Amino acid sequence: MKTLIANPVLIKEVKLRFRSMKSFTGILFYLMAMSIFVFGFIFLTTSLTGSGFFRPDESFLLFSMMTYIQLGLILFITPGLTAGTISTEREKQTLNILLTTAQTSFQIIFGKMTSSIAFLLLMIVSGLPIYSLVFLYGGVDPLQIVVIFLFYFLTLLAIGSIGVMYSTIIRKTIVSMIVTYGTMIFLSVVTAFFLLLSIQISTLGTGTPTFSPFSYLWASINPAIVMLTLLQPGFAQEIQTMTAIELPLWVGYLVFYSLLTAGALWLAVKRLRVNMNKYK
Amino acid sequence: MIEIVGLTKKYGSFYGLQDLNLTIEEGTVFGFVGANGAGKSTTFSILATLLQPTAGDAFIDGMSVTKNAHEVRKQIGYMPDFFGVYDQLKANEYLDFYGASYGLTPKEREALIPKLLELVNLEHKRYDYVDLLSRGMKQRLCLARSLIHDPKILILDEPASGLDPRARVEMRDILKELKSMGKTILISSHILPELAEMCDSIGVIDAGKLIAQGSVHEIQAHLQSEKVLKVKLAGPAKEAMAFFENDPLVSKLVEKPEKQSIEFLYRGTEEDQIRLLRQAMERSLPILSFAEEETDLEDVFMAIMKGVEVK
Repeated sequence: MKTLIANPVLIKEVKLRFRSMKSFTGILFYLMAMSIFVFGFIFLTTSLTGSGFFRPDESFLLFSMMTYIQLGLILFITPGLTAGTISTEREKQTLNILLTTAQTSFQIIFGKMTSSIAFLLLMIVSGLPIYSLVFLYGGVDPLQIVVIFLFYFLTLLAIGSIGVMYSTIIRKTIVSMIVTYGTMIFLSVVTAFFLLLSIQISTLGTGTPTFSPFSYLWASINPAIVMLTLLQPGFAQEIQTMTAIELPLWVGYLVFYSLLTAGALWLAVKRLRVNMNKYK
Repeated sequence: MIEIVGLTKKYGSFYGLQDLNLTIEEGTVFGFVGANGAGKSTTFSILATLLQPTAGDAFIDGMSVTKNAHEVRKQIGYMPDFFGVYDQLKANEYLDFYGASYGLTPKEREALIPKLLELVNLEHKRYDYVDLLSRGMKQRLCLARSLIHDPKILILDEPASGLDPRARVEMRDILKELKSMGKTILISSHILPELAEMCDSIGVIDAGKLIAQGSVHEIQAHLQSEKVLKVKLAGPAKEAMAFFENDPLVSKLVEKPEKQSIEFLYRGTEEDQIRLLRQAMERSLPILSFAEEETDLEDVFMAIMKGVEVK
């Protein structure tokens, strides 16, 4: 564990990232945007209703909106942060030297990935004080926030691993970036379309939902849908009825994205020293 | 010690290396000479554990570069021909990062970095960003990096390429110092006279094959099939021209009236050369001097690359 934390690549990357003002201004603007959104929402809600107070269900709506904004942030920023980690080293001709050091392929990949997602994690954690404003007005279970953050973490890890994997196996950063964004769009948008399609097919003829593993699969790998089931347990019930599968969607999500993370990291580690493969 | 046994690397149907066999003794400086694409960088990449050979193997201190790559990496310091640096790091941080990558403790790194910077004459640039260093300084910093874990063997691929003459001299001096420290150095370069000055032995590689190996003197003798002989005359050249033209070992005879001399290529041995001179003296040719033109390694190399027949 100590070797993982004292990873030279991780330390160097973190040092480089926070050496420039870019990272700090990025966080500053993110927090400013979040604050404007939250206080604007509260202001508009209280002034439009004319009640002068903020109801718990409105607080929950605010919480849900913020949750989706952060999910969008993870889905759109993580590929940009991770899809160039290895290919940039290759393009800058620093990778060969790194590969001749005593570091293992896993240490290099781990250091690269953690340093990339650490920035986004910091961004999300720095938004917690704004996030916890909702507790002032009630309507949100603290446990729900914990669950949401664990969900964020898993999603971040999975997309980060995919980005690092593409960055390792694709030589050009720009191509790696496009492929990672493509994969992310597939997981978050195309799967929703497939879900609608498979539900239509499963209800075809009978008019009532039948056992549909495909519908379950598409629903369980779509971050937005799984997020909705975590926010609205009623929607989870709805999905169970439509797919006729009792297993909660988050279980499918956890299994799928854990396997995806492990698989992507394994492939990245295997392909990092691709020229050392026997039959290359 | 480095031992290369039957090393072969194929890129599709093209042979980057073909059955390369080579032994480099501990503490020696071995120069690798060859044209672009001859197989120097491929050999170095395999030794640096960056490339898997198609056949054969190489051993560093008895450890296979293919089977014990991780252990081999701790024994070698590698400097590629083209490399990048982390621009936003300072020179000391750059070395610190690589020191940590080799598992050195912060205390060890702290003690080692000033010494290494001093060795490569960059102690005054310790807190400067790598980005701001000149090309020559970056090359020296990269050399310092390759020494951070005190490797027994240094693999330096064209360490002086792209440097101005002054930077080349500085680099050569550092390498001489490393040689005096007892490091085994495998170096490739196009600046052949410098290699000749520094190296204990040299290998000439062409089209993936080692065509000669030995000391600089041996290589010259081995590779030169024809030597250039210069004969300076005190009188008219006509008779001398006719005499030398008749010798079967002489070719490409040229008269140089402005120097009052004639030059020709001679294929014979030293004994043949003595016989030729004796015969010329017996005919009372007006010979002032009879000498072999000095050729350096570069001339030999150029001759090989032009396809001159090799013995």
